[in-house]
Amino acid sequence: MFCRIWSMVIHGVEAVPVRVEADVSDGMPMFTIVGYVSAQVREAQDRVRTALRNMGIVLPPKRIVINLAPADIRKDGPRFDLPIAAAVLLAIGRIPPKSLEETMMIGELGLNGDVQAVNGVLSSVLKARETGMKACILPRANLAEGKQARMEETWGISSLKELLAYCCGEKPAQEIPGPQDEQEAVCPGEEFPAQEEDFDDILGQEGVKRAALISACGFHNLLFLGPPGSGKSMAARRIPTILPPMTREEQLEVTRLYSIAGLLPSGQPLIQKRPFRAPHHSITAHALVGGGRFPSPGEITLAHRGVLFLDELPEMSRKVLELLRQPLEEHQILISRQEGTYLFPAAFVLVAAMNPCPCGYYPDRTRCRCTDGEISRYLGKISQAFLDRMDLCTEVPAVSCETLMSQGNAKRREGMTSAQMRRIVACAREAQQERYSGSRQRFNSELTAAQIEKFCPLTPEASRMMEKAYDSLGLSARGFHRVLKVARTIADMEGSGTIGTAQVGEALCFRSMDKKIWRV
Amino acid sequence: MDRIVYYDRGDSGYPERMKPFSGMPQGIYVKGRLPKEELPSAAIVGGRACSAYGREQARRFARELAAAGVQIISGLASGVDAAAHQGALEGGGATFAVLGCGVNICYPRENYPLMEKILEQEGGVLSEFSPGERPLAWHFPQRNRIISALSDLVLVVEARNKSGALITADYALEQGKSVYALPGRVNDPLSEGSNGLIAQGAGIAVHPSALLEELSASGKWRLSQAADREACQEKDGAKEFMGMVPGTGRKLTPREQHILQALRGGSHTLEELHRVSGVPVPELTALLVGLQLEGLLCEEGKNAYYLRER
Repeated sequence: MFCRIWSMVIHGVEAVPVRVEADVSDGMPMFTIVGYVSAQVREAQDRVRTALRNMGIVLPPKRIVINLAPADIRKDGPRFDLPIAAAVLLAIGRIPPKSLEETMMIGELGLNGDVQAVNGVLSSVLKARETGMKACILPRANLAEGKQARMEETWGISSLKELLAYCCGEKPAQEIPGPQDEQEAVCPGEEFPAQEEDFDDILGQEGVKRAALISACGFHNLLFLGPPGSGKSMAARRIPTILPPMTREEQLEVTRLYSIAGLLPSGQPLIQKRPFRAPHHSITAHALVGGGRFPSPGEITLAHRGVLFLDELPEMSRKVLELLRQPLEEHQILISRQEGTYLFPAAFVLVAAMNPCPCGYYPDRTRCRCTDGEISRYLGKISQAFLDRMDLCTEVPAVSCETLMSQGNAKRREGMTSAQMRRIVACAREAQQERYSGSRQRFNSELTAAQIEKFCPLTPEASRMMEKAYDSLGLSARGFHRVLKVARTIADMEGSGTIGTAQVGEALCFRSMDKKIWRV
Repeated sequence: MDRIVYYDRGDSGYPERMKPFSGMPQGIYVKGRLPKEELPSAAIVGGRACSAYGREQARRFARELAAAGVQIISGLASGVDAAAHQGALEGGGATFAVLGCGVNICYPRENYPLMEKILEQEGGVLSEFSPGERPLAWHFPQRNRIISALSDLVLVVEARNKSGALITADYALEQGKSVYALPGRVNDPLSEGSNGLIAQGAGIAVHPSALLEELSASGKWRLSQAADREACQEKDGAKEFMGMVPGTGRKLTPREQHILQALRGGSHTLEELHRVSGVPVPELTALLVGLQLEGLLCEEGKNAYYLRER
C-alpha cells in the first residue's frame, strides 16, 4: 500500500517541501530509503524500526520502500525520522487514512519513541503556511518556535504515542515547555546581558560615542582606529545597546537563520535583540561568509540585522576580508556550488577596530617608532576598496589619566547614557521609516546613488563645501556618496529635512580614512 | 628623462663649495643641475620619523628661505627632508637632493613624484655613488658631508639623539659652517638631538628671518626682498591677530579662534580639542573640517589635527 506525508528540507535558508512516500508490499523483508539522502537520513530506518517496536508495533515482514521526493535535492539531518515513521504507520494501516492529509511534520525519533527537537523549524512552518498546508506537527520542544509563524494548526508532540492519539482525533496538549518570558530573551552571540553595559561606562571619548551614535542611527559601517587599550572594543560592544529594536518581520528573519544554524537558545522561541557577532580574527573564509559543500550560513549571515564586529582588522587574512566587499554592498551573499546557488541574507552593520600602525601609537611620533614602510605595509593589509566601504571612521585616542581619575565624580555623568542615545536613534529611525515607507530600504546606509540625489538635498553652502572637499580631500566617487548618506543620517538625528554645512562637515570629519592622504 | 652627468674633481663643473675640503669624493654624479655658486644655499635636515610640528616647520623654513632666493639642500629622505624639499618647491626656489644611492634610483620610492618636481623646478639630484648603486645603510652618514659642504648654513629640525642629522651638523662644524637647530620641547625624544645642539651653542632657529640675516650678514650675497619679507611677516602676524583667514579675508568666529588656540596649545585629537575648547563634538567636527578645507589645518592620521604653517 502506498501513502504520502509532507515534510520540509532546508536548502540554504529556505525550506523546500518534501514528499515522504512509503510503500509496503510483499517480497523479501527489507527497509529501503531512497531519494538522494545523506547517511543521517539513512540511519532513520533503524531509529524508526526500533522506536515502533518499543511502542509495541512490530513491522510486518514485508518489503518497505521509503522515497523522499523531489529526488534532486539532498536531504540531510534527522528531521525526517518522524515523517518516515508516520508514513510507515500509514502504509501498514495503523493510522487512519486521511488523518494526516496536508500535514507537514518534522522531528527526530529516539529509540523509545520520543520525538526530539530539530533545527530550522520556523522556516519549515512558514513555508508550510505559504504553500497552504492545513497543519504542522512538530517536536514539542520546537512548538514555541513553530508558533511564531502564527499558523493556526501547529501541534507539538513529544512521542509517537501522541502522534497516534492525534490521528485518532485527540489534540495534543498545547502548553509550551520552557520559560515563557519573552522579555528575558538574551541575544545569542552576546556573552553578557546588555543591562550591564552602557555607553556611560566609557569615560570621555565623546567623538567616539558620537560616531557610534550616528552609526546606530543610519546603520552605517564604522571603523575605529587607535592605540592598544584605548577602548575600541569597549565602544563596539556597546553599540547593540543603542540599536533600534527589531520589527517583528526582522525578528522572524533572524530567528529563522539562528534556527537553521542550530544556534537558537533553548527556551527562546524568538530572537528579539539584534545579534552581535564578534568572530576571532583567525576566522576562515567559509566561517565568515558561509560555505561548505552544502553551504551553511556564516558569521555575516548570523549578524543579519545586527552588528558584525571585527577586532584587529589587519590581523585577518586579506583574502577573508576582501570577501566582505560584495556582501557589504548588496546586503546578501550568493554562494554557488555544483548543487546549486544559495542566497544568504547579510544586512549587517560592520564595526571594525584596528591599530593605525604595528605598534599602535601612530601619529604620536614620540611613542611610535614604526618606519613609514612598516606603517604602509601594515595598512596595506586592508585595501582602499575595503576602506571605501566604511561610512564612518574615527580615532579612539588613548584615555588621559585625568579622565580616568574623574571616574565617580559628577563630571563623568556629562556623557550620554545608552538610554539617552536610544532616544535619538528612535527619532532618526522614525524619520527614515517615514521617508522609505513603501520602498525596500530601511536605513540611510542602503541608499542607491539615484536615491541619494532624491533624498539628500543640500543647501547651496553645503554643496560648495562638498565640491571643495571632493577636490582637496581626495574623496572617491563612492566615498562622496558615503559622506552624503552619513550627512543624511545626521540631519535625521536633528530632525532637519535639508542637509547643511554642519551636517556635511561632521560627515566629512568622520569619513573613512584614505591611505593616500594618510601622510600629509 | 634627465641625463646623468659626471663631474670629476678636476673639472670646472665640480662644485666650488666642495673643493676646499678633504674627504670629498673624487667625482660626483648629477641629474638635473648643481647648486649655483652665486646664490646662497642652506641645508635643512632632520629625522625620518618626525612629528607634524617638525614637518610643518621644515616646510615653512624651506619655503621662506627659498622665496628669498636661498637654495635648499637636503637628502630626499622621508620626514623632515621631504618636507624641506616640498617647502622649497612651494617657495618657488631651486632645491637639491644628495642621495645615498645612485642618482637613477629613488630611495625611498614614495618620494619619486617629489624628485620629479625637484628636477622640473631647476633643481638637481646628486650623489657620489655611481648610477645603479643600492641604497646601503653606510652610504647615508657618508653622503651627509656633501650636504653640509654644499650649504652655507645647516638647519637641524627634529633630530633624535642618534639621528643622522647630527652627523651632518658635525660635518658642518668641521667645515666651518654655521649650524642652527629648531627648538623642540625639552621632554620630546624627537627633539633631543636638536635641543642638544642648541645646548652646545648652535643658533636657535626661532624664525626664518634669523637664518636670512645670518646669510646676508656675511655680505657675500644680496638676498632678494629680505626686508620685504620681514614686513610681510609682520603683516601675517597682524592678520592672525585680527582673526582673519589668509587669502580669503574671512573673519574667524570666536569658536574657531578658540579651536585654533587649543591647537596651538598642543591639543590635537578630536577628544583633546573637545575637552580643551569645550565645543560640543558635533559642532567641533564641522568647524574642524571647515578650517581644514580653508587650509588652516591638516589632518595627520585620523581625527588628529595640526596647524598648517603659513
